[in-house]
Amino acid sequence: MKESKEARVMDKEGIKRILRRVSHEIVEKNQGVDNLAVIGIKSRGAFLAERIAENLEKIEGKKVPVGAIDITLYRDDLTEVAEQPVVHSTEVGFDITGMKIVLVDDVLFTGRTVRCALDELIDFGRPANIQLAVLIDRGHRELPIRPDYVGKNLPTGRDEMIEVRIVEVDSDEEVVLVKNSGEKKK
Amino acid sequence: MKKTEPLKWTKKHLLGIEDLSGDEITMILDQAEGFREVLARPIPKVPTLRGKTIANLFCEPSTRTRASFELAAKRLSADTLNITVSSSSFLKGETLKDTARNIEAMQTDMIVIRHSCPGAPHFLAECVKGSVINAGDGPHEHPTQALLDVMTMRQKLGRIKGLNVSIIGDIAHSRVARSNILALTRLGANVTICGPKTMIPAEIEKTGVRVTYKLEEALAKADAVNVLRIQLERQKKGVFPSIREYIKGFGIDKEKLARYAGKKMLILHPGPINRGVELSQDAADSEHSVILNQVTNGVAVRMAVLFLVSQIKGSGKNFK
Repeated sequence: MKESKEARVMDKEGIKRILRRVSHEIVEKNQGVDNLAVIGIKSRGAFLAERIAENLEKIEGKKVPVGAIDITLYRDDLTEVAEQPVVHSTEVGFDITGMKIVLVDDVLFTGRTVRCALDELIDFGRPANIQLAVLIDRGHRELPIRPDYVGKNLPTGRDEMIEVRIVEVDSDEEVVLVKNSGEKKK
Repeated sequence: MKKTEPLKWTKKHLLGIEDLSGDEITMILDQAEGFREVLARPIPKVPTLRGKTIANLFCEPSTRTRASFELAAKRLSADTLNITVSSSSFLKGETLKDTARNIEAMQTDMIVIRHSCPGAPHFLAECVKGSVINAGDGPHEHPTQALLDVMTMRQKLGRIKGLNVSIIGDIAHSRVARSNILALTRLGANVTICGPKTMIPAEIEKTGVRVTYKLEEALAKADAVNVLRIQLERQKKGVFPSIREYIKGFGIDKEKLARYAGKKMLILHPGPINRGVELSQDAADSEHSVILNQVTNGVAVRMAVLFLVSQIKGSGKNFK
């Protein structure tokens, strides 16, 4: 067993406050929520997207369409990943053509997941624009991708990991920084 | 929302349902549901198998299965190569092994094979490097057909465990029946088979199915009825005396279905239908029929199989 140390960097309240702030930023930048939809990247991003949509409704009093996409089939490393990918359904129940899409994920790291999500989204239609909201930006980009809304910038080492835990998936709600001593993460 | 399954797919080939556990069958069906969603998208295509080449080697006639495998591959962005016996060097006497190895030398990753000889896919799996998928081998197995049948039943009825499923027709010569019996019993369905005595293999009860020679008994409690195609060419071999007699005893028509009106009883058929033989015109198009759902599910199931098999390291020349 590899040794690992955990440090909590955000708690439940912290996540809530950040999502509230990000939601306000989305409203501000788009001057409201007209013609706007929120789409989360499965699995955790999808739940964060739902919460952001709830916030937007509270702020503006209008319902915002929410979707979720599963990027498994668009990955460029399918044959290299250690764990076996499972295909989940993508749920985008509205036509995204002409809409402003806020793409939501929990952690922004290499940018490869976002690349997959962009490719997939464009197969669904031609949105007016796509914006990116992430809870944590941990750096180490391998592609020219930048977020429009960042919950928290968290500079990390390559051998560290960020784990976002949310109640819907992990029965807990926090962000932790995991340090692996010895073993390197690829 | 589904949790990640702990089960890992480990099969490089799909040669038959006999090699699969109930959990593995369920895994394919769950994945296939994800692919059904892909098929409903505005652009029903994903880049997953880009750069892979899949050869369809069909040494027996087929419309549905071949079209379905080809579409499944294309929806996953794989390139396909279709070889049918009537236009290939088989006619010049080339052996199956030579043909397959030559196809593989052209840098293909997977071979989908249909052959009249039971065990042909198993033989091929030993002599090529890539993955082999059985698209029907003689009277032995037709695994993807059974998977799409089970998927259709699960979709329409919500479960497989505890369902009463009847399979009607020429059980002895049917690969569809064999694969269906294996898949259904492994998932906990109660299977009844029904047909003329000459079409029921001896000791079939040992596979865990119930046998009846009366159609009414097979229909009575059935949640789903899988009607097999009567291979008319076999009549010459004396398996049944006349088609008229078969229709009388085992053909399903509107009159025989009348008492099940309003009841949820599915009718499946692997195709091609002999309309007026095993299914009458109106029975084939009745409220019970899910035959076209089967065909749609077929593409999704085959996408799931191609996807899962391609995840295995060493399943093709492109894999590290």
